[in-house]
Amino acid sequence: MEDLLVIAGKEIGNRLFIGTGKFSSYSIMKQSLEAAKAEVATVALRRVDSDSKKENIMDFVPESCRVMINTSGARDADEAIRIARLAKAAGAGNWIKIEVIRDNKYLLPENLETLKAVEALVREGFVVFPYMSPDLSMGRRMVEAGAAAVMPLGSPIGSNRGVKTRELIEIMINEINLPIIVDAGLGRPSEACECMELGAAAVLVNTAIAVSNDPVKMAKAFSESVYAGRLAYLSGIPAVEKTASASSPLTGFLRDKK
Amino acid sequence: MRININGKSEEIKKSTLVEIIAEKGLCQDNLVLEHNKRIIPKEEWRDIILKENDVVEIISFVGGG
Repeated sequence: MEDLLVIAGKEIGNRLFIGTGKFSSYSIMKQSLEAAKAEVATVALRRVDSDSKKENIMDFVPESCRVMINTSGARDADEAIRIARLAKAAGAGNWIKIEVIRDNKYLLPENLETLKAVEALVREGFVVFPYMSPDLSMGRRMVEAGAAAVMPLGSPIGSNRGVKTRELIEIMINEINLPIIVDAGLGRPSEACECMELGAAAVLVNTAIAVSNDPVKMAKAFSESVYAGRLAYLSGIPAVEKTASASSPLTGFLRDKK
Repeated sequence: MRININGKSEEIKKSTLVEIIAEKGLCQDNLVLEHNKRIIPKEEWRDIILKENDVVEIISFVGGG
């Protein structure tokens, strides 16, 4: 049976979500999404200015890819809500990643304002994905508020530091009955794989793909790694033991028993 | 008349939202406009007559994670 992640009635086969920032061109971004066979991609909103690219990023998101708008730039719940409404009005659908950030050094999310935004936007019919610092209590509050999934961070955005919050994420995976999507800080495919082995429902990667020397190849590497990690999780990863347990027979060969 | 567009005060000659977009050479697809903090559906862009000190936000999509 096919292993699908179902969110708000939408079946998702590929558990690697890809962010569209920092690519050298929209064309490279598109090729990367295609190479990874990505089914979910995040996109942001910004004021149009004279420096804005004439190209429209939406023309470069493959049709097979669902767009999730993030609320980056929001500093409180009201701003996140405003951005979500703008995104919907612009025709981007109703999947919203809530990102409320006040800390410019580490870009760590403001969990309480995030929760307020989730509560409000769920009431307005949005499918809401809160990006949050991994915290079980707050994660449960997100569930109660009607979040579609919870997105705890592995390490600060764009830091490529990996799953520094592993223990906390593991607790959330075990205790929260919603998809846990590890977002931010994953710097290499093995770290994405690690999240999937832990039982994450999906991961979201942007920087590590976009700023690599060959984003198209790296997107594929992440995609395959996420798939491998998922298969391993579904297979049931054996327990860690303190002592050896022979894989080959050790007895009765070239030596007489005493 | 002066209005505020995307946080900058600008002198404009045109008077409707749809004319402002055209004047700036922007493609209407995937744009969203706020007029005095109210989101304006595309079909109303030609009906909104701008007044002195109005605040307009012109928003579009960009890459983001």
